[in-house]
Amino acid sequence: MKDAFGAPQSLLVLGGTSEIGLATARRLIARRTRTVLLAGRPSPALESAADSLRTLGAEVRTVPFDALDTAAHGEILGKLFTDGDIDMVLLAFGVLGDQAHDEADPPAAVQVAQTNYTGAVSALLICAQALQAQGHGSLVVLSSVAGERARRANFIYGSSKAGLDAFAQGLGDALYGTGVHVMVVRPGFVRTRMTAGLDEPPLTTTPHAVATAIELGLRRRSETVWVPGAMRAVMTALRHVPRPLFRRLPL
Amino acid sequence: MAADTPPDALLDAVEVTGWGRTAPTVARVARPRSYAEVAAAVLACGARGGIARGLGRAYGDAAQNAGGSVLDMTGLDRIHTVDATTGTVVCDAGVSLHRLMEVLLPLGWFVPVSPGTRYVTVGGAIGADIHGKNHHVSGSFSRHVRSLDLLTADGEVRTVAPGTDLFDATTGGMGLTGVILSATLQMHPVETALMSVDTERATDLDDLMARLTATDHRYRYSVAWIDLLARGGALGRSVLTRGEHAPYAVLPARTRRAPLAFRTGRLPSAPSLVPEGLLGRTTVGLFNELWYRKAPRLRTGQLQRISTFFHPLDGVPHWNRVYGRGGFVQYQFVVGHGQEETLRRVVRRIARRGCPSFLAVLKRFGEGDPGWLSFPMPGWTLALDIPTGMSGLDSFLDELDEDVAGAGGRVYLAKDSRLRPELLHAMYPKLPAFLALRAEVDPRGVFRSDLSRRLAL
Ligand SMILES: Cc1cc2nc3c(=O)[nH]c(=O)nc-3n(C[C@H](O)[C@H](O)[C@H](O)COP(=O)(O)OP(=O)(O)OC[C@H]3O[C@@H](n4cnc5c(N)ncnc54)[C@H](O)[C@@H]3O)c2cc1C
Ligand SMILES: NC(=O)c1ccc[n+]([C@@H]2O[C@H](COP(=O)([O-])OP(=O)(O)OC[C@H]3O[C@@H](n4cnc5c(N)ncnc54)[C@H](OP(=O)(O)O)[C@@H]3O)[C@@H](O)[C@H]2O)c1
Repeated sequence: MKDAFGAPQSLLVLGGTSEIGLATARRLIARRTRTVLLAGRPSPALESAADSLRTLGAEVRTVPFDALDTAAHGEILGKLFTDGDIDMVLLAFGVLGDQAHDEADPPAAVQVAQTNYTGAVSALLICAQALQAQGHGSLVVLSSVAGERARRANFIYGSSKAGLDAFAQGLGDALYGTGVHVMVVRPGFVRTRMTAGLDEPPLTTTPHAVATAIELGLRRRSETVWVPGAMRAVMTALRHVPRPLFRRLPL
Repeated sequence: MAADTPPDALLDAVEVTGWGRTAPTVARVARPRSYAEVAAAVLACGARGGIARGLGRAYGDAAQNAGGSVLDMTGLDRIHTVDATTGTVVCDAGVSLHRLMEVLLPLGWFVPVSPGTRYVTVGGAIGADIHGKNHHVSGSFSRHVRSLDLLTADGEVRTVAPGTDLFDATTGGMGLTGVILSATLQMHPVETALMSVDTERATDLDDLMARLTATDHRYRYSVAWIDLLARGGALGRSVLTRGEHAPYAVLPARTRRAPLAFRTGRLPSAPSLVPEGLLGRTTVGLFNELWYRKAPRLRTGQLQRISTFFHPLDGVPHWNRVYGRGGFVQYQFVVGHGQEETLRRVVRRIARRGCPSFLAVLKRFGEGDPGWLSFPMPGWTLALDIPTGMSGLDSFLDELDEDVAGAGGRVYLAKDSRLRPELLHAMYPKLPAFLALRAEVDPRGVFRSDLSRRLAL
C-alpha cells in the first residue's frame, strides 16, 4: 500500500533499464519500496540493473517484456498482479529514433510510433484494469515536453509522445474516482543515454531531478508534473508562437 | 431480473479515506442494518476481503480496504438495554459515543472513556482500544467492556469475555479479528452534565512533567495542550486542563433545574479549501501564542460543558478539511516512564523543525490494558497534527519512530498512516501472538484493511 505521502511499497517499471526509471526506483527504495519488478527486453543490462537495486535492499525480479509485442502484454503483465498488489507502475520505455534517418525510412519511423504510442496504449490499458481491481495504485507515465508541440527537428518522436500524453490524460479522467491515480510526467531534455551525444539545451535536467519530481507528485497526487518546473511556462509560451516563426526557431 | 443481479451490484464502489484524508482507495461499501446482513456481507466478501468501519475517525487507513469490501457499521445503531441502577448498557457496535451521551447522561451515566471527539462508534472504540483524558485512572475503553459479540470469518457469532485470547486480540485489534456486532459496557456515574475544571500554565516541558507527576492522581481527567513551536527556555510550555464531573452541590441555582441536560454547541463548518501556506509556521505560531497567553495562569473550579471540555473540535464540523488537499498526518506515540529524555529530545526536534502544529497534546498514561495491540502503556504520550505538505516530513517522522522504538515506545495504529512496517514488531511485542490467533480464526484472511496490507498485520 502507499502511505500517507504516496510512497509505494511495490513498483513495476516498464522499461527496466531506463535511466529515469532506475533513478526513480532508487529514490522510492530509499522511502518505502521493498519489491521492484523490472520489465524489459532481456539483456545483461536488465540483470545488472536488478542487481544494482538489490544492493539497496529491495527484492527485485526481472520480467521479459517487449513493448512492440502487444499480443503478449495481457498474459505477461496480467500475471504480475496476481502475486500481490503493485502500488505503482512507471511507464518508462520509449525510443527517441533518429529523425533525419527515419524520415527516409518509414518502417523505422513506425517502430518509434509503435513503441512509444501503441505499445504504451496496450500496456497502460492492461495495467489500469489490474490497478482498478486492486482499488488503488498510481500509474506514472513518462511523456515529454516534445509532445507539447511537434518540432521540425523531432516530430516523429514528438508526435508519438503527443499521442501518449493525450491518451494518458484521458485515461486519468476515465479512472477518476476508481482509486487509481494517473500522473503524466513531462520532462524536458534529460541527460541519459537516450540523449547522449546531443547538444544540451538550456534547462537540461537529470534523471535524479525527474525522480525527485515524481516523488513529490506522488505525495501531492498531482496529475501533471513538469521537469524542471520552469518547463511549464516555457512550453506555454512556445505553444503560442505563430507557425511561421516557430518553424524557424532553432529548437 | 432482480434475482439475477449479483449481490455486488447492490454495493457502491466509493473512495474511502480516514480522517486525515490521505491515501484514498476505492472499496464497495455495504451498510448492513441487521446482524444477518452483516453476516451475509462478510460471507460475500471477495478475494480482497472486508473490514468494519465506524465513523471513520481513525486518521489513517485502518477502516478502508482497497478493492474489497468496507462494512459501514453505523446502520447498526440500537441501544438494546440500559440498566439505570448499575449503569450497564448493551448496544450495537454502530452506536456512537455521542448517542450514548444523549441517552445516558439524563439518567446520570457517562461514557467510561471519551476520546477527543464523541463521533466515534462503540465498535471503533473497542477496535482501537481508545483512551481518554482519564487514562491514568480508568485505563482504556476495553477495561469497561463486560462482553462483546464478534462475528468471525466463519460466519459464527461468538460471545467474547474479558480474560480470553480472542478478547485481547480484538480490543485494539483494528477490526482484524472480525466484526463486533454489539457490546455490554459499564458506564460511569455522574451527578451533573458539567465539568469542574482547573486550568494552569506550565512554563516548560520539565515544569509540565513535574506538575503532571505530582498532582495528576487528584484528577479524574487530565491533559496538557503543548505549544510545539516554542523553543529555547519556553520549550514545551503548556496549558494544563484537569477536571472532574461537577457534583450537584457546586452548580449554580440556574443550572440545578436540569443538572444532567446534555448541551453541545456547533459552529459553522470549516472551509474546504484553505489557500496553501495559510497554515504555515507563522499563522500557527501566532495562534499558539494567543492560546497560551489567553489561558489563565491558574484557575480552579470553572464549570464547563462536557463538549467544551472533552470535544472542542466537534464544534467545527469537518475541521479536518482545513489542511487542504494533501491531508494531514496525526503523529501519536508513547514512551514509558524513565524515558523522559526521549520525550524531551522528540519535543526539541519537533520544535526545532518548526512543524506547524496546533493543538498538540501531552498526557501521562496509567497502567495499560491487556489488548495485544492496545496502544497505551504507563508513560508519556504526545499527539500532534502535521499537514503532509511540510517538506521532509516523511523522513523526519521516520527518524522520530526510530527514537521512539529504540526507547521501547510505540505509535498509535488508529492514527497511523505512514509507519515503516519493519518497526511494528519492536513497537508491539505481542504481535506474534496476534498474528498466530488471526491465522487460526481467519485462515483465509477475510478481514483485511489497507492498514493490514501496509503493515503486514
Ligand atoms: C478529533 C479526534 C480526536 C481523537 N481523540 C482520540 C483520543 O483522545 N483517544 C483515542 O484513543 N483516539 C482518539 N481519536 C481516534 C479515534 O478515537 C479512533 O480512531 C476510533 O477508533 C474511531 O472510531 P470510529 O468509530 O470512527 O472507527 P473507524 O475510524 O471507522 O475505525 C477504526 C478502527 O476500528 C475498527 N472498527 C470499527 N468498527 C468496528 C466493528 N464494529 N467491529 C470491529 N472493528 C471495528 C475499524 O476496522 C478500524 O480498524 C480521535 C480522533 C479524532 C478525529
Ligand atoms: N532522456 C530524455 O531527455 C527524456 C525526455 C523526456 C522524456 N523521456 C522519456 O522518458 C522515458 C525514459 O527515458 P530514459 O531517458 O530513461 O531513456 P533510456 O535510458 O534510453 O530508457 C529507455 C527504455 O526504453 C526501453 N525500451 C525501448 N524499446 C523497448 C521495447 N520495444 N520494449 C521494451 N522496452 C523498450 C529501453 O530498454 P532496452 O534496454 O531494452 O533498450 C529502456 O529501458 C522514455 O519514455 C523517454 O521517451 C526522456
